[in-house]
Amino acid sequence: MPERTPMTLFSMTTRAMSAQMVRMNAATSNLANAGSVSSTEEGAYRPIRAVFATELDRASGLAGVTSSGLVRAETAATKRYDPGHPLANADGNVFEAPVDETSEMVEIMESARQYQNLVQALQTAKQLMLETLRSQ
Amino acid sequence: MNERLFGIHGAALTLRSERMGVIASNIANAATPGYKARDIDFNAALDARLDRSRGTAAGNAGIVWRNPTMPSMDGNTVELNREQVAFAENAVAYSATLSFVQGKVNTITRALKGE
Repeated sequence: MPERTPMTLFSMTTRAMSAQMVRMNAATSNLANAGSVSSTEEGAYRPIRAVFATELDRASGLAGVTSSGLVRAETAATKRYDPGHPLANADGNVFEAPVDETSEMVEIMESARQYQNLVQALQTAKQLMLETLRSQ
Repeated sequence: MNERLFGIHGAALTLRSERMGVIASNIANAATPGYKARDIDFNAALDARLDRSRGTAAGNAGIVWRNPTMPSMDGNTVELNREQVAFAENAVAYSATLSFVQGKVNTITRALKGE
């Protein structure tokens, strides 16, 4: 692990919020690509997911979170027979992106809820710290 | 000096602040697969801390794992509602401890000024 400043409550929350942003952006990209078609099975869009990992800071005992990368789902593209489509292949099939809109919406809602929770916790912690500072 | 002046409240305030960090870590890791939620057993940790300042005991006492009501499939044991309640309870207790410390400081200041 590279040398860096010890984790504080603020830096931990910042990183967690960034991770939630990555997750929300991934779900939004999936939603944006729902219904996109391709003429080959390999060319079809596959939904992406953010993978989270814990990073423990032993000095302060805080456990932050980081998004360790994005993975593509291994779902098969939906084959649809549509010979009139300009992207249809020789057999008259097009391949649709296998995006489940409902699950993406749920993912976004869950992420938004956890983001809200983080902001609220940070606000409370900040208020308590300020109170402690102001007391003579 | 610290212990004589503030009694139990100096150690309690530090511990409350540490517990706030631990619960905030749980909230941050609400979506991390395999993360096990932690908490500080306040009474045990405070006892251990007071013992340590008297020079009798040592160690990182009081850290407990959260027992989930319903374990989730990805091995994560964070339940957001419980963390929220624990965080709120801890914040209120922090405020209470802080006002005790403030009261002590006010008393000493008054005595020094001779009001």
